[in-house]
Amino acid sequence: MKITEQEVRRVADLANLALRDDEVARMAIDLDGILTHIDKLNELDTSSVEPMAQVLFDTEETATLRQDSVRPCLTNAEAVANAPVTSGGYYKVPKVIDR
Amino acid sequence: MSTDTSPLHGLSIDSIRSGLLAKKFSAEELARQSLAFAEAENPKTNAYLTLSPERALSAARVVDAKIAQGEDPGPLAGVPIAVKDVIVTRGLRTTCGSKLLANYIPPYDATAVIRLEQAGGVILGKTNCDEFAMGSSNENSAFGPVRNPVALDRVPGGSSGGSAAVVAQETAVVSLGSDTGGSIRQPASFCGISGVTPTYGRVSRYGLTAFASSLDHIGPFGKSTRDAARLLQVIAGRDEMDATSAFAPVPDYLAALDGNLRGIKIGLPREYFDGLASETGDLVIAAVEALKKLGCEVRDIQLPHTPYAVAAYYIIATAEASANLARYDGVRYTTRAAGANTLSDMYRMTRDEGFGDECKRRIMLGTYVLSAGYYDAYYLKAQKVRHLIVRDFAQAFEQVDAIVAPVSPFPAFKLGDMVNDPTAMYLSDIYTVTGDLAGIPCMSVPCGRTPEGLPVGVQILTRHFDETTMFRVADAYEKASN
Repeated sequence: MKITEQEVRRVADLANLALRDDEVARMAIDLDGILTHIDKLNELDTSSVEPMAQVLFDTEETATLRQDSVRPCLTNAEAVANAPVTSGGYYKVPKVIDR
Repeated sequence: MSTDTSPLHGLSIDSIRSGLLAKKFSAEELARQSLAFAEAENPKTNAYLTLSPERALSAARVVDAKIAQGEDPGPLAGVPIAVKDVIVTRGLRTTCGSKLLANYIPPYDATAVIRLEQAGGVILGKTNCDEFAMGSSNENSAFGPVRNPVALDRVPGGSSGGSAAVVAQETAVVSLGSDTGGSIRQPASFCGISGVTPTYGRVSRYGLTAFASSLDHIGPFGKSTRDAARLLQVIAGRDEMDATSAFAPVPDYLAALDGNLRGIKIGLPREYFDGLASETGDLVIAAVEALKKLGCEVRDIQLPHTPYAVAAYYIIATAEASANLARYDGVRYTTRAAGANTLSDMYRMTRDEGFGDECKRRIMLGTYVLSAGYYDAYYLKAQKVRHLIVRDFAQAFEQVDAIVAPVSPFPAFKLGDMVNDPTAMYLSDIYTVTGDLAGIPCMSVPCGRTPEGLPVGVQILTRHFDETTMFRVADAYEKASN
Protein backbone atom coordinates (compact mmCIF):
# COMPACT_ATOMS: atom_id res chain seq x y z
CA MET A 1 0.00 0.00 0.00
CA LYS A 2 1.21 3.49 -0.89
CA ILE A 3 -0.81 5.06 1.91
CA THR A 4 -1.70 3.70 5.35
CA GLU A 5 -4.95 4.23 7.22
CA GLN A 6 -2.97 6.27 9.73
CA GLU A 7 -1.84 8.61 6.95
CA VAL A 8 -5.42 8.83 5.66
CA ARG A 9 -6.50 10.01 9.12
CA ARG A 10 -3.70 12.59 9.22
CA VAL A 11 -4.62 13.98 5.78
CA ALA A 12 -8.34 14.02 6.67
CA ASP A 13 -7.39 16.09 9.69
CA LEU A 14 -5.50 18.57 7.47
CA ALA A 15 -8.48 18.74 5.11
CA ASN A 16 -11.05 19.29 7.89
CA LEU A 17 -12.88 16.10 7.01
CA ALA A 18 -14.22 13.88 9.80
CA LEU A 19 -14.08 10.52 8.01
CA ARG A 20 -15.88 7.59 9.61
CA ASP A 21 -13.92 4.35 10.15
CA ASP A 22 -15.47 2.62 7.14
CA GLU A 23 -14.67 5.69 5.00
CA VAL A 24 -11.02 5.61 6.11
CA ALA A 25 -10.56 2.00 4.98
CA ARG A 26 -12.21 2.64 1.61
CA MET A 27 -10.28 5.90 1.13
CA ALA A 28 -6.95 4.10 1.67
CA ILE A 29 -7.83 1.61 -1.09
CA ASP A 30 -9.02 4.32 -3.53
CA LEU A 31 -6.04 6.61 -2.94
CA ASP A 32 -3.69 3.66 -3.30
CA GLY A 33 -5.11 2.98 -6.77
CA ILE A 34 -4.58 6.48 -8.10
CA LEU A 35 -1.21 6.98 -6.32
CA THR A 36 0.05 3.78 -7.91
CA HIS A 37 -0.86 5.16 -11.34
CA ILE A 38 0.71 8.52 -10.46
CA ASP A 39 4.02 6.74 -9.83
CA LYS A 40 4.30 6.60 -13.61
CA LEU A 41 5.56 10.20 -13.51
CA ASN A 42 8.83 8.92 -12.04
CA GLU A 43 9.70 7.43 -15.43
CA LEU A 44 10.34 11.00 -16.62
CA ASP A 45 13.52 12.93 -15.90
CA THR A 46 12.25 16.46 -15.25
CA SER A 47 15.38 17.86 -13.60
CA SER A 48 15.86 20.46 -16.34
CA VAL A 49 12.16 21.35 -16.81
CA GLU A 50 10.63 24.49 -15.29
CA PRO A 51 7.32 23.95 -13.50
CA MET A 52 4.31 25.57 -15.14
CA ALA A 53 1.44 26.73 -12.94
CA GLN A 54 -0.86 28.18 -15.56
CA VAL A 55 -1.04 28.82 -19.30
CA LEU A 56 -1.77 32.51 -19.63
CA PHE A 57 -2.28 34.95 -22.45
CA ASP A 58 0.89 36.93 -22.93
CA THR A 59 0.32 40.49 -21.78
CA GLU A 60 1.94 43.23 -19.72
CA GLU A 61 2.13 42.46 -16.02
CA THR A 62 0.08 45.50 -15.11
CA ALA A 63 -2.57 45.04 -17.80
CA THR A 64 -5.03 43.41 -15.44
CA LEU A 65 -4.81 46.21 -12.86
CA ARG A 66 -7.57 48.80 -12.73
CA GLN A 67 -8.18 52.07 -10.94
CA ASP A 68 -8.76 51.60 -7.25
CA SER A 69 -12.09 53.35 -7.15
CA VAL A 70 -15.17 52.98 -4.98
CA ARG A 71 -17.97 51.02 -6.64
CA PRO A 72 -21.33 49.64 -5.60
CA CYS A 73 -21.09 46.25 -3.91
CA LEU A 74 -23.31 43.75 -2.12
CA THR A 75 -25.20 45.06 0.87
CA ASN A 76 -24.56 43.46 4.23
CA ALA A 77 -27.95 41.73 4.08
CA GLU A 78 -27.20 40.27 0.64
CA ALA A 79 -23.76 39.13 1.71
CA VAL A 80 -24.97 37.14 4.71
CA ALA A 81 -28.29 35.99 3.21
CA ASN A 82 -27.06 32.44 2.51
CA ALA A 83 -25.35 31.87 5.85
CA PRO A 84 -26.90 29.17 8.06
CA VAL A 85 -26.59 31.29 11.24
CA THR A 86 -26.13 35.07 11.48
CA SER A 87 -26.43 37.67 14.19
CA GLY A 88 -26.61 41.42 13.71
CA GLY A 89 -25.19 41.23 10.19
CA TYR A 90 -22.31 38.94 11.22
CA TYR A 91 -21.70 35.26 10.59
CA LYS A 92 -22.21 33.33 13.79
CA VAL A 93 -20.08 30.27 14.55
CA PRO A 94 -19.62 27.93 17.53
CA LYS A 95 -17.04 28.72 20.18
CA VAL A 96 -13.43 28.85 18.97
CA ILE A 97 -11.59 28.87 22.29
CA ASP A 98 -12.91 27.25 25.45
CA ARG A 99 -11.97 29.11 28.63
CA MET B 1 -48.10 17.97 -31.50
CA SER B 2 -47.21 14.63 -29.89
CA THR B 3 -45.80 14.81 -26.38
CA ASP B 4 -42.50 13.43 -27.65
CA THR B 5 -41.81 16.12 -30.19
CA SER B 6 -40.03 19.13 -28.82
CA PRO B 7 -41.22 22.61 -29.75
CA LEU B 8 -37.50 23.21 -30.29
CA HIS B 9 -37.10 20.34 -32.74
CA GLY B 10 -35.23 21.50 -35.82
CA LEU B 11 -34.66 24.99 -34.44
CA SER B 12 -31.27 26.70 -34.38
CA ILE B 13 -30.14 30.10 -33.12
CA ASP B 14 -30.40 31.42 -36.69
CA SER B 15 -33.85 29.96 -37.40
CA ILE B 16 -35.26 31.23 -34.09
CA ARG B 17 -34.07 34.70 -34.98
CA SER B 18 -35.59 34.62 -38.45
CA GLY B 19 -38.81 33.10 -37.07
CA LEU B 20 -39.10 35.91 -34.52
CA LEU B 21 -38.35 38.64 -37.03
CA ALA B 22 -40.88 37.15 -39.49
CA LYS B 23 -43.44 37.05 -36.62
CA LYS B 24 -43.96 33.29 -37.07
CA PHE B 25 -43.85 32.96 -33.29
CA SER B 26 -43.02 35.18 -30.33
CA ALA B 27 -40.18 34.67 -27.89
CA GLU B 28 -42.74 34.34 -25.09
CA GLU B 29 -44.64 31.58 -26.93
CA LEU B 30 -41.42 29.71 -27.60
CA ALA B 31 -40.34 30.08 -23.96
CA ARG B 32 -43.73 28.88 -22.64
CA GLN B 33 -43.77 25.85 -24.94
CA SER B 34 -40.15 25.01 -24.13
CA LEU B 35 -40.73 25.24 -20.38
CA ALA B 36 -43.82 23.03 -20.60
CA PHE B 37 -41.94 20.48 -22.69
CA ALA B 38 -38.91 20.55 -20.38
CA GLU B 39 -41.13 20.06 -17.34
CA ALA B 40 -42.91 17.10 -18.94
CA GLU B 41 -39.76 15.42 -20.28
CA ASN B 42 -37.34 16.07 -17.43
CA PRO B 43 -38.32 13.05 -15.29
CA LYS B 44 -36.89 10.80 -18.04
CA THR B 45 -33.38 12.18 -17.71
CA ASN B 46 -33.19 14.34 -14.53
CA ALA B 47 -31.16 16.80 -16.63
CA TYR B 48 -32.65 19.99 -15.17
CA LEU B 49 -32.32 20.59 -11.43
CA THR B 50 -34.25 23.87 -11.50
CA LEU B 51 -36.50 25.49 -14.08
CA SER B 52 -36.73 29.28 -14.05
CA PRO B 53 -40.06 30.19 -15.71
CA GLU B 54 -40.27 33.73 -14.34
CA ARG B 55 -36.79 34.66 -15.44
CA ALA B 56 -37.28 33.00 -18.84
CA LEU B 57 -40.61 34.67 -19.57
CA SER B 58 -39.43 38.09 -18.51
CA ALA B 59 -36.35 37.77 -20.76
CA ALA B 60 -38.58 36.60 -23.62
CA ARG B 61 -40.94 39.56 -23.19
CA VAL B 62 -37.98 41.94 -23.45
CA VAL B 63 -37.05 40.32 -26.77
CA ASP B 64 -40.65 40.58 -28.04
CA ALA B 65 -40.85 44.24 -27.00
CA LYS B 66 -37.61 45.04 -28.83
CA ILE B 67 -38.86 43.36 -31.99
CA ALA B 68 -42.19 45.21 -31.72
CA GLN B 69 -40.28 48.50 -31.51
CA GLY B 70 -38.05 47.62 -34.43
CA GLU B 71 -34.92 47.32 -32.28
CA ASP B 72 -32.26 44.64 -32.74
CA PRO B 73 -33.25 41.90 -30.26
CA GLY B 74 -29.64 40.63 -30.01
CA PRO B 75 -27.67 37.72 -31.45
CA LEU B 76 -29.31 35.15 -29.15
CA ALA B 77 -32.81 36.61 -29.41
CA GLY B 78 -35.37 34.30 -27.85
CA VAL B 79 -33.03 31.30 -27.75
CA PRO B 80 -33.93 28.87 -24.93
CA ILE B 81 -30.69 28.22 -23.03
CA ALA B 82 -29.77 26.00 -20.09
CA VAL B 83 -26.93 26.75 -17.69
CA LYS B 84 -24.87 24.23 -15.75
CA ASP B 85 -25.52 24.49 -12.04
CA VAL B 86 -21.91 25.38 -11.19
CA ILE B 87 -22.40 28.78 -12.88
CA VAL B 88 -24.05 31.29 -10.58
CA THR B 89 -27.34 32.99 -11.40
CA ARG B 90 -28.59 35.87 -9.31
CA GLY B 91 -31.68 34.93 -7.33
CA LEU B 92 -31.82 31.48 -8.95
CA ARG B 93 -30.75 28.48 -6.87
CA THR B 94 -27.28 27.21 -7.79
CA THR B 95 -26.42 23.88 -6.16
CA CYS B 96 -23.20 22.75 -7.87
CA GLY B 97 -24.78 19.28 -7.62
CA SER B 98 -23.97 19.34 -3.90
CA LYS B 99 -26.08 18.82 -0.81
CA LEU B 100 -24.00 21.58 0.80
CA LEU B 101 -25.49 24.17 -1.58
CA ALA B 102 -28.98 22.68 -1.85
CA ASN B 103 -30.48 26.06 -0.83
CA TYR B 104 -27.83 28.47 -2.14
CA ILE B 105 -29.28 31.56 -3.86
CA PRO B 106 -26.40 33.52 -5.43
CA PRO B 107 -26.40 37.31 -4.97
CA TYR B 108 -24.80 37.89 -8.40
CA ASP B 109 -24.70 36.61 -11.99
CA ALA B 110 -21.69 35.04 -13.71
CA THR B 111 -20.29 37.23 -16.51
CA ALA B 112 -21.20 34.58 -19.11
CA VAL B 113 -24.79 34.62 -17.85
CA ILE B 114 -24.98 38.43 -18.00
CA ARG B 115 -23.63 38.40 -21.56
CA LEU B 116 -26.01 35.78 -22.87
CA GLU B 117 -29.02 37.50 -21.34
CA GLN B 118 -27.90 40.85 -22.72
CA ALA B 119 -27.75 39.15 -26.13
CA GLY B 120 -31.43 38.20 -25.83
CA GLY B 121 -30.92 34.64 -24.55
CA VAL B 122 -33.71 33.07 -22.48
CA ILE B 123 -32.46 30.99 -19.55
CA LEU B 124 -34.90 28.11 -18.99
CA GLY B 125 -33.11 26.64 -16.00
CA LYS B 126 -30.09 25.09 -14.35
CA THR B 127 -28.70 21.69 -15.24
CA ASN B 128 -27.59 18.75 -13.17
CA CYS B 129 -23.90 17.89 -12.96
CA ASP B 130 -21.39 15.93 -10.95
CA GLU B 131 -20.86 17.51 -7.53
CA PHE B 132 -18.59 20.55 -7.98
CA ALA B 133 -17.97 19.29 -11.55
CA MET B 134 -16.03 16.27 -10.29
CA GLY B 135 -16.82 13.21 -12.34
CA SER B 136 -17.01 11.67 -15.80
CA SER B 137 -20.50 10.16 -15.63
CA ASN B 138 -22.83 12.58 -13.80
CA GLU B 139 -23.37 9.86 -11.18
CA ASN B 140 -21.77 12.04 -8.47
CA SER B 141 -24.65 14.51 -8.22
CA ALA B 142 -26.31 14.78 -4.81
CA PHE B 143 -29.60 15.11 -6.74
CA GLY B 144 -29.35 11.80 -8.58
CA PRO B 145 -27.69 10.84 -11.85
CA VAL B 146 -28.65 12.17 -15.27
CA ARG B 147 -29.71 9.59 -17.86
CA ASN B 148 -28.49 9.78 -21.43
CA PRO B 149 -31.45 10.79 -23.66
CA VAL B 150 -30.06 8.60 -26.46
CA ALA B 151 -30.07 5.47 -24.26
CA LEU B 152 -31.76 5.93 -20.90
CA ASP B 153 -29.90 3.08 -19.17
CA ARG B 154 -26.59 4.83 -19.87
CA VAL B 155 -24.74 7.81 -18.44
CA PRO B 156 -24.69 11.12 -20.35
CA GLY B 157 -21.03 11.63 -19.44
CA GLY B 158 -19.80 14.22 -17.02
CA SER B 159 -19.42 16.44 -15.38
CA SER B 160 -21.66 18.65 -17.59
CA GLY B 161 -24.04 15.71 -18.17
CA GLY B 162 -27.21 17.76 -17.70
CA SER B 163 -26.12 20.50 -20.10
CA ALA B 164 -25.34 17.91 -22.80
CA ALA B 165 -28.54 15.97 -22.15
CA VAL B 166 -30.89 18.97 -22.47
CA VAL B 167 -29.54 19.80 -25.93
CA ALA B 168 -29.78 16.16 -27.05
CA GLN B 169 -33.27 15.88 -25.52
CA GLU B 170 -34.27 19.19 -27.15
CA THR B 171 -35.34 20.74 -23.86
CA ALA B 172 -32.96 23.62 -24.70
CA VAL B 173 -31.39 24.79 -27.95
CA VAL B 174 -27.93 25.44 -26.53
CA SER B 175 -26.38 25.34 -23.07
CA LEU B 176 -23.39 26.37 -21.01
CA GLY B 177 -21.14 23.79 -19.40
CA SER B 178 -17.77 23.84 -17.74
CA ASP B 179 -14.66 21.83 -18.56
CA THR B 180 -11.68 21.15 -16.30
CA GLY B 181 -10.55 17.75 -17.63
CA GLY B 182 -13.07 16.94 -20.36
CA SER B 183 -16.39 17.82 -18.73
CA ILE B 184 -17.79 19.44 -21.90
CA ARG B 185 -16.27 17.30 -24.67
CA GLN B 186 -16.91 13.88 -23.15
CA PRO B 187 -20.64 14.40 -22.45
CA ALA B 188 -21.03 16.04 -25.89
CA SER B 189 -19.52 12.89 -27.39
CA PHE B 190 -21.74 10.57 -25.29
CA CYS B 191 -24.93 12.49 -26.17
CA GLY B 192 -24.21 13.06 -29.87
CA ILE B 193 -23.92 16.86 -29.89
CA SER B 194 -21.17 19.50 -30.19
CA GLY B 195 -19.30 20.74 -27.14
CA VAL B 196 -16.57 23.35 -27.04
CA THR B 197 -13.78 23.98 -24.54
CA PRO B 198 -12.40 27.39 -25.55
CA THR B 199 -8.83 28.58 -24.96
CA TYR B 200 -8.06 29.08 -21.27
CA GLY B 201 -8.93 32.73 -20.55
CA ARG B 202 -11.16 33.12 -23.63
CA VAL B 203 -14.33 33.15 -21.51
CA SER B 204 -14.49 34.85 -18.13
CA ARG B 205 -14.65 32.46 -15.19
CA TYR B 206 -16.28 35.09 -12.97
CA GLY B 207 -19.21 33.31 -11.37
CA LEU B 208 -18.01 29.82 -12.29
CA THR B 209 -17.68 27.94 -9.02
CA ALA B 210 -13.98 27.18 -8.78
CA PHE B 211 -12.86 23.56 -9.06
CA ALA B 212 -9.26 23.79 -10.39
CA SER B 213 -8.60 27.42 -11.23
CA SER B 214 -5.71 26.89 -13.67
CA LEU B 215 -7.81 24.41 -15.67
CA ASP B 216 -11.44 25.60 -15.42
CA HIS B 217 -13.27 26.80 -18.54
CA ILE B 218 -16.84 27.78 -19.39
CA GLY B 219 -17.93 26.61 -22.83
CA PRO B 220 -20.97 26.05 -25.05
CA PHE B 221 -22.96 23.00 -26.16
CA GLY B 222 -25.08 23.00 -29.33
CA LYS B 223 -26.60 20.64 -31.84
CA SER B 224 -24.35 22.17 -34.50
CA THR B 225 -20.94 23.81 -34.63
CA ARG B 226 -22.69 26.95 -35.83
CA ASP B 227 -24.86 27.22 -32.73
CA ALA B 228 -21.90 26.53 -30.43
CA ALA B 229 -19.81 29.15 -32.25
CA ARG B 230 -22.60 31.73 -31.97
CA LEU B 231 -22.88 31.15 -28.25
CA LEU B 232 -19.10 31.39 -27.77
CA GLN B 233 -19.08 34.62 -29.78
CA VAL B 234 -21.38 36.18 -27.19
CA ILE B 235 -19.63 35.00 -24.01
CA ALA B 236 -15.99 35.35 -25.16
CA GLY B 237 -13.74 38.32 -24.44
CA ARG B 238 -11.96 40.20 -21.71
CA ASP B 239 -13.73 40.70 -18.40
CA GLU B 240 -12.13 42.79 -15.69
CA MET B 241 -13.81 40.63 -13.05
CA ASP B 242 -11.50 37.71 -13.99
CA ALA B 243 -7.80 38.56 -13.92
CA THR B 244 -7.03 35.48 -16.05
CA SER B 245 -9.45 36.46 -18.81
CA ALA B 246 -7.54 37.29 -21.98
CA PHE B 247 -7.22 40.62 -23.77
CA ALA B 248 -6.98 38.84 -27.14
CA PRO B 249 -9.57 40.24 -29.57
CA VAL B 250 -12.51 37.94 -30.41
CA PRO B 251 -12.69 37.28 -34.16
CA ASP B 252 -15.95 36.76 -36.06
CA TYR B 253 -16.27 32.98 -35.76
CA LEU B 254 -19.25 32.67 -38.07
CA ALA B 255 -17.53 34.49 -40.92
CA ALA B 256 -14.91 31.71 -40.99
CA LEU B 257 -17.45 28.92 -41.55
CA ASP B 258 -16.97 28.91 -45.32
CA GLY B 259 -16.54 25.16 -45.74
CA ASN B 260 -13.10 25.63 -47.27
CA LEU B 261 -10.51 23.28 -45.80
CA ARG B 262 -8.02 23.32 -48.72
CA GLY B 263 -4.48 23.17 -47.42
CA ILE B 264 -5.42 22.83 -43.75
CA LYS B 265 -2.86 20.54 -42.15
CA ILE B 266 -4.28 17.98 -39.73
CA GLY B 267 -2.14 16.01 -37.30
CA LEU B 268 -2.98 12.54 -35.99
CA PRO B 269 -1.26 11.88 -32.66
CA ARG B 270 -0.42 8.18 -32.70
CA GLU B 271 -0.44 8.08 -28.88
CA TYR B 272 -4.20 8.74 -28.96
CA PHE B 273 -4.96 5.73 -31.11
CA ASP B 274 -2.91 3.03 -29.35
CA GLY B 275 -5.26 0.64 -27.62
CA LEU B 276 -8.40 2.51 -28.64
CA ALA B 277 -11.46 0.21 -28.93
CA SER B 278 -12.29 -0.34 -32.60
CA GLU B 279 -15.95 0.71 -32.29
CA THR B 280 -14.72 4.22 -31.41
CA GLY B 281 -11.46 4.18 -33.38
CA ASP B 282 -13.12 3.20 -36.67
CA LEU B 283 -15.50 6.16 -36.50
CA VAL B 284 -12.70 8.61 -35.67
CA ILE B 285 -10.60 7.28 -38.56
CA ALA B 286 -13.60 7.57 -40.89
CA ALA B 287 -13.88 11.24 -39.85
CA VAL B 288 -10.21 11.73 -40.71
CA GLU B 289 -10.83 10.20 -44.16
CA ALA B 290 -13.74 12.59 -44.67
CA LEU B 291 -11.47 15.53 -43.78
CA LYS B 292 -8.95 14.33 -46.39
CA LYS B 293 -11.69 14.37 -49.02
CA LEU B 294 -12.50 17.94 -48.00
CA GLY B 295 -8.95 18.97 -48.87
CA CYS B 296 -7.10 18.59 -45.58
CA GLU B 297 -3.56 17.33 -45.59
CA VAL B 298 -3.23 14.64 -42.92
CA ARG B 299 0.02 13.59 -41.28
CA ASP B 300 1.12 11.61 -38.24
CA ILE B 301 2.44 13.61 -35.32
CA GLN B 302 3.78 12.78 -31.89
CA LEU B 303 2.60 13.97 -28.49
CA PRO B 304 5.02 11.79 -26.55
CA HIS B 305 4.04 12.82 -23.02
CA THR B 306 0.38 11.84 -23.43
CA PRO B 307 0.72 8.70 -21.25
CA TYR B 308 1.64 10.96 -18.30
CA ALA B 309 -1.23 13.40 -18.67
CA VAL B 310 -3.80 11.71 -16.42
CA ALA B 311 -1.30 11.43 -13.56
CA ALA B 312 -0.25 15.08 -13.88
CA TYR B 313 -3.85 16.19 -14.24
CA TYR B 314 -5.14 14.38 -11.15
CA ILE B 315 -2.36 15.88 -9.04
CA ILE B 316 -2.84 19.45 -10.26
CA ALA B 317 -6.64 19.37 -10.38
CA THR B 318 -7.06 17.82 -6.94
CA ALA B 319 -4.43 20.08 -5.36
CA GLU B 320 -6.27 23.15 -6.63
CA ALA B 321 -9.63 21.61 -5.67
CA SER B 322 -8.54 20.92 -2.11
CA ALA B 323 -7.82 24.64 -1.73
CA ASN B 324 -10.93 25.82 -3.59
CA LEU B 325 -13.30 23.54 -1.67
CA ALA B 326 -11.97 24.66 1.71
CA ARG B 327 -14.55 27.46 1.61
CA TYR B 328 -17.46 25.05 2.07
CA ASP B 329 -17.28 25.00 5.83
CA GLY B 330 -20.74 25.74 7.18
CA VAL B 331 -20.12 29.45 7.78
CA ARG B 332 -21.02 31.58 4.77
CA TYR B 333 -23.16 29.75 2.24
CA THR B 334 -23.51 26.07 2.96
CA THR B 335 -25.80 24.09 5.16
CA ARG B 336 -24.34 23.44 8.62
CA ALA B 337 -24.19 20.15 10.50
CA ALA B 338 -26.12 20.23 13.78
CA GLY B 339 -24.69 19.37 17.16
CA ALA B 340 -21.10 20.64 16.97
CA ASN B 341 -19.81 22.38 20.10
CA THR B 342 -16.63 23.89 18.65
CA LEU B 343 -15.79 25.65 15.40
CA SER B 344 -13.40 22.91 14.39
CA ASP B 345 -15.97 20.15 14.95
CA MET B 346 -18.54 22.19 13.04
CA TYR B 347 -16.23 22.40 9.99
CA ARG B 348 -15.49 18.69 10.06
CA MET B 349 -19.03 17.49 10.60
CA THR B 350 -20.45 19.87 7.99
CA ARG B 351 -17.95 18.73 5.39
CA ASP B 352 -18.31 15.04 6.21
CA GLU B 353 -22.09 15.17 5.95
CA GLY B 354 -22.14 17.53 2.99
CA PHE B 355 -19.57 16.27 0.49
CA GLY B 356 -20.17 13.15 -1.56
CA ASP B 357 -17.59 10.38 -1.90
CA GLU B 358 -15.91 11.70 -5.07
CA CYS B 359 -15.38 15.19 -3.64
CA LYS B 360 -13.93 13.69 -0.47
CA ARG B 361 -11.57 11.51 -2.52
CA ARG B 362 -10.32 14.50 -4.50
CA ILE B 363 -9.99 16.75 -1.45
CA MET B 364 -7.99 13.98 0.21
CA LEU B 365 -5.74 13.34 -2.80
CA GLY B 366 -5.17 17.07 -3.28
CA THR B 367 -4.38 17.64 0.38
CA TYR B 368 -2.02 14.66 0.35
CA VAL B 369 -0.01 15.77 -2.71
CA LEU B 370 0.38 19.26 -1.23
CA SER B 371 1.28 18.09 2.27
CA ALA B 372 4.72 18.44 3.84
CA GLY B 373 7.21 15.99 2.40
CA TYR B 374 5.16 15.23 -0.73
CA TYR B 375 4.94 18.63 -2.45
CA ASP B 376 8.09 18.22 -4.57
CA ALA B 377 7.48 14.56 -5.39
CA TYR B 378 3.92 15.12 -6.56
CA TYR B 379 2.78 18.71 -7.12
CA LEU B 380 6.03 20.19 -8.42
CA LYS B 381 6.66 17.10 -10.54
CA ALA B 382 3.17 17.39 -12.07
CA GLN B 383 3.72 21.07 -12.91
CA LYS B 384 6.92 20.11 -14.74
CA VAL B 385 5.14 17.38 -16.65
CA ARG B 386 2.45 19.91 -17.52
CA HIS B 387 5.18 22.01 -19.11
CA LEU B 388 6.31 19.00 -21.17
CA ILE B 389 2.75 18.46 -22.39
CA VAL B 390 2.45 22.15 -23.33
CA ARG B 391 5.73 21.82 -25.28
CA ASP B 392 4.46 18.68 -27.07
CA PHE B 393 1.52 20.68 -28.40
CA ALA B 394 3.66 23.71 -29.31
CA GLN B 395 5.95 21.47 -31.36
CA ALA B 396 3.02 19.71 -33.02
CA PHE B 397 1.45 23.04 -34.00
CA GLU B 398 4.67 23.99 -35.80
CA GLN B 399 3.77 21.24 -38.27
CA VAL B 400 -0.03 21.23 -38.34
CA ASP B 401 -3.00 23.61 -37.99
CA ALA B 402 -5.28 21.23 -36.12
CA ILE B 403 -5.06 17.92 -34.28
CA VAL B 404 -7.77 15.30 -34.65
CA ALA B 405 -8.22 12.67 -31.95
CA PRO B 406 -10.79 10.60 -30.11
CA VAL B 407 -12.67 12.15 -27.17
CA SER B 408 -13.23 9.09 -25.00
CA PRO B 409 -11.86 5.54 -25.23
CA PHE B 410 -15.43 4.20 -25.31
CA PRO B 411 -19.01 5.37 -25.86
CA ALA B 412 -21.57 5.98 -23.06
CA PHE B 413 -21.46 3.19 -20.48
CA LYS B 414 -24.29 1.87 -18.31
CA LEU B 415 -25.17 3.59 -15.06
CA GLY B 416 -23.32 1.96 -12.18
CA ASP B 417 -20.78 0.16 -14.39
CA MET B 418 -17.76 2.19 -13.27
CA VAL B 419 -18.68 3.67 -9.88
CA ASN B 420 -16.62 1.17 -7.90
CA ASP B 421 -13.36 1.80 -9.72
CA PRO B 422 -12.41 5.48 -9.42
CA THR B 423 -8.97 4.94 -10.95
CA ALA B 424 -10.47 3.39 -14.10
CA MET B 425 -12.89 6.33 -14.31
CA TYR B 426 -9.95 8.78 -14.03
CA LEU B 427 -7.98 6.94 -16.73
CA SER B 428 -10.90 7.30 -19.15
CA ASP B 429 -10.15 11.05 -19.24
CA ILE B 430 -6.87 10.37 -21.08
CA TYR B 431 -7.80 12.07 -24.38
CA THR B 432 -9.40 15.16 -22.86
CA VAL B 433 -7.18 16.24 -19.94
CA THR B 434 -4.31 17.13 -22.30
CA GLY B 435 -6.22 20.01 -23.91
CA ASP B 436 -7.05 21.48 -20.50
CA LEU B 437 -3.46 21.13 -19.25
CA ALA B 438 -2.24 22.95 -22.38
CA GLY B 439 -5.05 25.52 -22.28
CA ILE B 440 -5.76 25.14 -26.00
CA PRO B 441 -9.18 25.22 -27.66
CA CYS B 442 -10.71 21.83 -28.30
CA MET B 443 -14.15 20.52 -29.16
CA SER B 444 -16.11 17.34 -29.72
CA VAL B 445 -18.10 16.93 -32.94
CA PRO B 446 -20.43 13.96 -33.56
CA CYS B 447 -18.83 11.45 -35.96
CA GLY B 448 -21.38 8.65 -36.08
CA ARG B 449 -22.80 5.87 -33.97
CA THR B 450 -21.57 2.47 -32.87
CA PRO B 451 -23.39 -0.69 -34.06
CA GLU B 452 -25.33 -0.43 -30.77
CA GLY B 453 -26.51 3.04 -31.75
CA LEU B 454 -24.37 4.99 -29.27
CA PRO B 455 -23.00 8.37 -30.39
CA VAL B 456 -19.26 8.94 -30.73
CA GLY B 457 -17.49 12.28 -31.01
CA VAL B 458 -14.26 13.24 -32.70
CA GLN B 459 -12.04 15.83 -31.03
CA ILE B 460 -10.50 18.81 -32.84
CA LEU B 461 -7.73 20.75 -31.09
CA THR B 462 -6.04 23.93 -32.36
CA ARG B 463 -3.51 26.59 -31.29
CA HIS B 464 -4.20 29.01 -28.44
CA PHE B 465 -6.95 31.45 -29.46
CA ASP B 466 -7.43 29.76 -32.84
CA GLU B 467 -11.04 28.73 -32.23
CA THR B 468 -11.62 29.93 -35.80
CA THR B 469 -9.74 27.04 -37.41
CA MET B 470 -11.35 24.59 -34.99
CA PHE B 471 -14.84 25.79 -35.93
CA ARG B 472 -14.01 25.86 -39.64
CA VAL B 473 -12.85 22.22 -39.61
CA ALA B 474 -15.77 21.09 -37.44
CA ASP B 475 -18.40 22.91 -39.49
CA ALA B 476 -17.11 21.67 -42.86
CA TYR B 477 -16.93 18.10 -41.55
CA GLU B 478 -20.43 18.34 -40.08
CA LYS B 479 -21.92 19.63 -43.35
CA ALA B 480 -20.14 16.96 -45.40
CA SER B 481 -21.28 14.15 -43.10
CA ASN B 482 -24.94 15.22 -42.98
